[in-house]
Amino acid sequence: MNFITPLSWDDTGFILTGIMNTVTISVVAIVLGTLLGLIVGFMRAESSRVVNALFGGLLDILRSVPLIIQLVLFSTFIGAMGHPLNPFVAGSIILSLYTMAFMSEVFRSGFESVHQSMMTSARSLGMTYWQTIFYIRLPIGLRAVFPSWLGVALSVIKDSALVSVIGYMELLRTSEQLISRTQQPLMILIGVGIFYFIISYPLSSYGRYVERKMTT
Amino acid sequence: MEYEFHWNIVFQNMPELLNGAFVTLHVSVLAMLLGIVIAILLAIVKMNNSKPFCYVATTWVEIARNTPALFQIYMAYFGLGALGIHLSPYVAVLSALVFINAGYLTETFRGGFQSIPSTQYSASKSLGMTSLQLYRYIILPQMLRRIYHPMTNQFVWSILMSSLGILVGMSELSGTTQRLQSSSFRTLEFFMVAAVMYFIITKLVLLGSSLISRKLFKGEIG
Repeated sequence: MNFITPLSWDDTGFILTGIMNTVTISVVAIVLGTLLGLIVGFMRAESSRVVNALFGGLLDILRSVPLIIQLVLFSTFIGAMGHPLNPFVAGSIILSLYTMAFMSEVFRSGFESVHQSMMTSARSLGMTYWQTIFYIRLPIGLRAVFPSWLGVALSVIKDSALVSVIGYMELLRTSEQLISRTQQPLMILIGVGIFYFIISYPLSSYGRYVERKMTT
Repeated sequence: MEYEFHWNIVFQNMPELLNGAFVTLHVSVLAMLLGIVIAILLAIVKMNNSKPFCYVATTWVEIARNTPALFQIYMAYFGLGALGIHLSPYVAVLSALVFINAGYLTETFRGGFQSIPSTQYSASKSLGMTSLQLYRYIILPQMLRRIYHPMTNQFVWSILMSSLGILVGMSELSGTTQRLQSSSFRTLEFFMVAAVMYFIITKLVLLGSSLISRKLFKGEIG
């Protein structure tokens, strides 16, 4: 009996599931992370020094502990508490929080880049506080940080590969399983690399293009 | 909460964990130093625009920036293995980190060089400075100030990413944690301690970096 079977067309379904899972978890993490990051970033830009330091400390933990450790810690913690989550949910929660930690920093600098005098003049034109936020601060601040936002989003797509450690079948894990069956690591890995590159390269070039256009 | 924490076993294994932390620090420092050397070369090649080398440099930078770190490590460990080059987990993680660090730092260095206006070169020449003096007193001090923060970030990033060694069986902090927890089944305790240790390591590195920058740049950092 032959245990090592070569790569065949039957495996495309398996790889496609992996690709879909990578895309799904990245999109979930980017969307949730952006929304949460927007709220937290806004709160940090608005709140006092003390609140800020507290928030900053919490976010700092998310940024200074490796993602892989956070994932393992969270999924075993939830399991030990008696409410095991499936890998997708646990992975999305941690990946979203991790994204939030970076996004909040991006958005905070965006909000702070809008000059105080602009808000004052908006208020003096009779706009309410929320109108100044929605019509002045958000559009101007968000436009300024778009390249950084894209950079964080891209790193999330790449970091989503780490969710494989808690058993989520994303692209790199499916390819690892194919490798252990077919013993053809080089071909499969190059394919996986090309996939990530195809997603990431156009976006990062676009980000650089926007950045260049903004500085000149 | 039904889970009982058993910290004893963690404290008994503390020397091994500290040893792992040392390996983590060690691999990231080495990856950073080698990455800087290669990045300087790549940046020079990219700025000189000599065709064949320039393509190599660009390809290197783009691959490093646009693929996951885990992919690089798998490539170094399993991919090169298929070609008959068998690297130990340590060398595989190190080479992947060097590859990525070099890719990211190339752009940092290039940006640092290009941020200095060319008028400064001619100004120093007209003041009668030699090229050595020009770089020593004018160009490098300004460039270092601009690339210092990105370089610190990259260093912290390599410390965090060296934790991927867990997946190829390297014996750095997370790999050691993984091995110890699998023989004692105290997963939660071991990983909590590892998280705290990573936090402390990054904070110490950031503290050290800000002390150095205060000494080196006397607070005038851009």
